[in-house]
Amino acid sequence: MLSKKQAKAFFLGGTVLFSAIFLALSFETVTVSMPEKTNADQITDAVVRGKVIWESNNCMGCHTILGEGAYYAPELTRVYSRKGESYIKTVLMAKEPWAPRGRKMVAYGLTEEQANDAVAFFKWIDAMDLNGFPPEPDPTLSK
Amino acid sequence: MKYKSQKVAYWFFALSMLLIVLQITYGFIMGFAHMGYDGLHEIIPFNVARATHNNLLVVWLLSGFMGAAYYIIPEESQNELVSVKLAYVQLITLALVGVTAVIGFHFNWWEGRKFLEIPRPLDYLVVINVLTFLGIILVTLFKGKKQSTTAMVLTMGLVFAALLYLPGMIWFDSQAMDSFFRWWVVHLWVEGVWELIMGGILAFLLIKLTGVDREVIEKWLYVIVGLTFLSGILGTGHHYYYIGAPEYWLIIGGIFSALEPLAFLAMALFALHMYRKGGKKHPNKIAIFWTLGSAIVSFVGAGLLGLAHTLPAVNMYTHGTLVTAMHGHLAFWGAYGMIVFAMIAYALPQLTGRKLFNNPMGLYAFWLSLIGMVGMTVAFGVAGVAQVYLERKMGLDFMVAQIEIEVHFFVLILCATMFATGVGLFIANFLKYGQPNDEAIGQENDDFGSLETSD
Repeated sequence: MLSKKQAKAFFLGGTVLFSAIFLALSFETVTVSMPEKTNADQITDAVVRGKVIWESNNCMGCHTILGEGAYYAPELTRVYSRKGESYIKTVLMAKEPWAPRGRKMVAYGLTEEQANDAVAFFKWIDAMDLNGFPPEPDPTLSK
Repeated sequence: MKYKSQKVAYWFFALSMLLIVLQITYGFIMGFAHMGYDGLHEIIPFNVARATHNNLLVVWLLSGFMGAAYYIIPEESQNELVSVKLAYVQLITLALVGVTAVIGFHFNWWEGRKFLEIPRPLDYLVVINVLTFLGIILVTLFKGKKQSTTAMVLTMGLVFAALLYLPGMIWFDSQAMDSFFRWWVVHLWVEGVWELIMGGILAFLLIKLTGVDREVIEKWLYVIVGLTFLSGILGTGHHYYYIGAPEYWLIIGGIFSALEPLAFLAMALFALHMYRKGGKKHPNKIAIFWTLGSAIVSFVGAGLLGLAHTLPAVNMYTHGTLVTAMHGHLAFWGAYGMIVFAMIAYALPQLTGRKLFNNPMGLYAFWLSLIGMVGMTVAFGVAGVAQVYLERKMGLDFMVAQIEIEVHFFVLILCATMFATGVGLFIANFLKYGQPNDEAIGQENDDFGSLETSD
């Protein structure tokens, strides 16, 4: 039967081993693969300003991006190709709450420059290689 | 209680009770908004309610864990807390930082990063606060007469939880990198080191409530936390499938996160086995209910419901839908909410010297909150699966699908009302116990000689 000492060795040994593997893979991800797949070289100052707008207004509190956030408002990973630049800018610059089918969004009333930065951010996200996410719907199902 | 300084725990538990009431209130605001009733939109838009709901969850659980540590560590290390005054300062500052953050959310002062919304200046105060807490715990433990495995595992969980907060404070220009390291905090907390905290509290409660030999319980504690890290560390990969990380995370995250239920299964079997093996029954049956309940519900909520959408082929469709909320609610309640309630149910009679356990109110609190939360989980599940099929499979517009699933939020709110009633009764019991009593110091209510034996 397993002794307490062996149980402790299992815990400590397993933790050290799997932490080491995790750290090694993480190192590869953040230094090589992720910058490639996310086009890190295309992160301009406008994209960074867009990210600040995204975070400082807690857009993730209603929307998801890269599938992460809240489930109250649409997924925005591919919003740039889905809706286009002018639609996004209209929503962000609106002075009255945007309310498609009745569900209200906060009226942020961004300036033209801020809206351009947000668009730059969405455009950069839009081009990422996300291993197939979001999935393509099957149009035959709704027939 | 054995040591006077354990009284500090009571006030941390009281803070937990206050914050869970607020958390539930904001949950209702979101439930109604999902149903189409967003009358509070001008004052409390959804993203404010959401940030408040999530962060209050984290703070009330942390406050509960801290209270548990302030109760357990003196008893396990056979030593009074080194500074009670500092512990109260830590309590008050924790409450102040929490309240400031929540008020800040209402004025657009936050970092829009799920679970880590607390604004940066307050992050530094959180770090100072947690360091103070850890200082008190560590010095008490190592100046004490012994360092038991239970105390060490609990403390290790708390220390790692503090360390893992730090990667969440690094700024990245890239949203993908930001997300990558945000999971170091969130995942490695809830599917890693918090399980050490839960395991430590569970072991302490089982030692006290079943009378099984400490050596046996602590041996299995090592096995369980071993399984937790074996699966949970690389299981982080299930958050890296679709955020711009390479494809090898699909395989690694898939395999190891599918193993994650094993740790929870082991925890449930362990708790049930120890309870049976104990032979003698502690008179505080309510504490036993919450303890075993936590072990079992965490297996269902965190283990099985996590497994239900962790494989990449499934997660491709469920990622970022209400299916996640389904898993999240039962997992947090089972693994962490219920273990904090178990600790409180055990500690209150000890702290106050009043043996009010086994009253009907306590039992109703347990069953109403549990059944209510299971019902909420089902409602989220049905809404989530419908959302996946309508939006992700058939390609309907987001809002068209949302209107179709509004009806499930009515069921959600009904079940949430039941849950809230259960929690309300638990708090009513909490208040009935009154404050800690010096006369309870030195009294041992775990004396098995005088307790009833099992049939």
